Amino acid sequence: MTLVLKDLTKRSGAEMHLHETSVRFAPEGFNVLLGETNAGKTTLIKLIAALDRPTTGEIWLNHKNLTPLPTQKRQVSLVHQFFVNYPHLTVFENIASPLRVGGVVGPEVEKRVKQAADLLRLGPYLKRRPGELSGGQQQRTALARALVKDSDIVLLDEPLANLDYKLREELREELPRLLSDRGSIVLYATSEPSEALLLGGHTATISAGRVTQFGETAELYRNPQDLETARVFSDPPINTAKVTKSGDRIALRNLASWNAAGEIASAPDGDYIVAVRPHYVSPRRMTEGDVSISGQVLITELSGSESIAHFEMGVAAGSGHSASAAADTDVWVSQSHGVHPYNVGEAHEFFLDVSGCLYFTPDGRRVNG
Amino acid sequence: MTRYARFVPAIYILFLLLPIYWLFSMSFKTTNEILGGFTLFPQQFTLENYRTIFTDPSWYWGYINSILYVTINTVISICAALPAAYAFSRYRFAGDKHLFFWLLTNRMAPPAVFALPFFQLYSAVGLFDTHIAVALAHCLFNIPLAVWILEGFMSGVPRELDETAYVDGYSFPRFFFKIFVPNITSGIGVAAFFCFMFSWVEMLLAKTLTAVDAKPIVATMTKTASSAGYELGLLAAAGCLTIIPGAIVIYFVRNYIAKGFALGRV
Repeated sequence: MTLVLKDLTKRSGAEMHLHETSVRFAPEGFNVLLGETNAGKTTLIKLIAALDRPTTGEIWLNHKNLTPLPTQKRQVSLVHQFFVNYPHLTVFENIASPLRVGGVVGPEVEKRVKQAADLLRLGPYLKRRPGELSGGQQQRTALARALVKDSDIVLLDEPLANLDYKLREELREELPRLLSDRGSIVLYATSEPSEALLLGGHTATISAGRVTQFGETAELYRNPQDLETARVFSDPPINTAKVTKSGDRIALRNLASWNAAGEIASAPDGDYIVAVRPHYVSPRRMTEGDVSISGQVLITELSGSESIAHFEMGVAAGSGHSASAAADTDVWVSQSHGVHPYNVGEAHEFFLDVSGCLYFTPDGRRVNG
Repeated sequence: MTRYARFVPAIYILFLLLPIYWLFSMSFKTTNEILGGFTLFPQQFTLENYRTIFTDPSWYWGYINSILYVTINTVISICAALPAAYAFSRYRFAGDKHLFFWLLTNRMAPPAVFALPFFQLYSAVGLFDTHIAVALAHCLFNIPLAVWILEGFMSGVPRELDETAYVDGYSFPRFFFKIFVPNITSGIGVAAFFCFMFSWVEMLLAKTLTAVDAKPIVATMTKTASSAGYELGLLAAAGCLTIIPGAIVIYFVRNYIAKGFALGRV
């Protein structure tokens, strides 16, 4: 089964909700739509479900043009971020509703509802109404309703975002199991990079109404082809800074410099942007080649297993805060294992592992060796 | 001081109920006793007033006529307001906010303004003195009211519910009646109650547009004043009976009305 978007755009008034998008989604595993709130994930999902009309472009499923078909004629399932169930129907009738509308009758309905309910462990609650269930159970009901019918496309719009931490973990582990071997294309929208990595499959990064890149999730994380993809696919936010290459040296303003290696080595001299994931910036020297950068610690977050520090680059130890440099400073983030003692407001020395550096041209394209 | 504070609402309620008690008590008195002096209870208890109403067709048809046009009006108002309120709550269209406001302004004019044009119009098309004439005239006030109330309840239902139903395969009509309407029953109850009440108590249009065949109870009651004097006992009994339909309806929707207040639409 293949789902293809051809030059799809969505404009509403002067606002561009989705810029020209062409994607061929993977037939197996998850297709994760990763992007911040308002990036255009829900717009894309609504277009695929025909809850909204595209301005231009087409949607094709198995060499069949879906574009003119209304929602009811596309075999889709949809789970919203908010728990949406029919409040006046029991859980059983909620799950049975797509079957009943689809013309399934008799014991077949009962059999399939029971099957879906068992998968989502809703067995004991079938007689209750959604209002009498916890948030997790309500979302399970919505998922069961989405899974009970044989849909070609399953759309999950941040289905776990409104659940508490424990339930989210639990359902996230179950989801791939529930959706495998169904032969349907699964689109999963999320704003959390870690969720995309956990679900695996393929990922499309979306930013400001544009699909910046589509590919295997792990590959996309390792090799973003442009700066926007790298930005979207990083949590805590990826560190960026302007660097200058001259000869075989890379200089980060006058703060640090290191030898050009890998992809950047064969690129011509000039200005570039370096992007470094926070875990390559450590408060301790990890390898011989680490480059030292000092900065003033602004905010720290300790979670026990890791320490995160936001620091303002270029404020050297002992010099205090210099107002003149403020216009040209960057705030970087360091993420390290264990608990590291930081004193907020004081200068600290950080170490950059240059092997983790990704280089981009000033207009945001990846430098490929 | 606080020991007696609880008596304040009790006194207030007593004060509110006093006229109703007085009406109730008068309905069991003879007109002579009412005019004769101040009595707290009926001295000569009589059911004659009620007997007159339930046996004289010109009286009980007043009730039947009123109930008929009020019911017709409520049904028309709700049926017309449901799609209108759905459109206002779910779609954005040119001038939607102005239209919504304009609907409400229909409630701001006194009914007397519309009495003459309605009379002329309905006489011309042969609707004068029919139940449907009064029912349609009352729609002028009740449809905007019902749209206003229902729009509030409908906007409380998330749009995602509509989308989920379409994804499940529901066609629009099937979704509307099987999914949407059951979720706003309390709103329909509240809207129907207010349509019922406004139509029930409205006198001017009802009286202007009817003569004999569809004469409402409020008009019938005026015949207690005649050249022979007032039949106060009969008037009181008729008054007591007009309270009953409203009391019955409000009993069924009392819980929903609180919900309507919470939505700020009642």
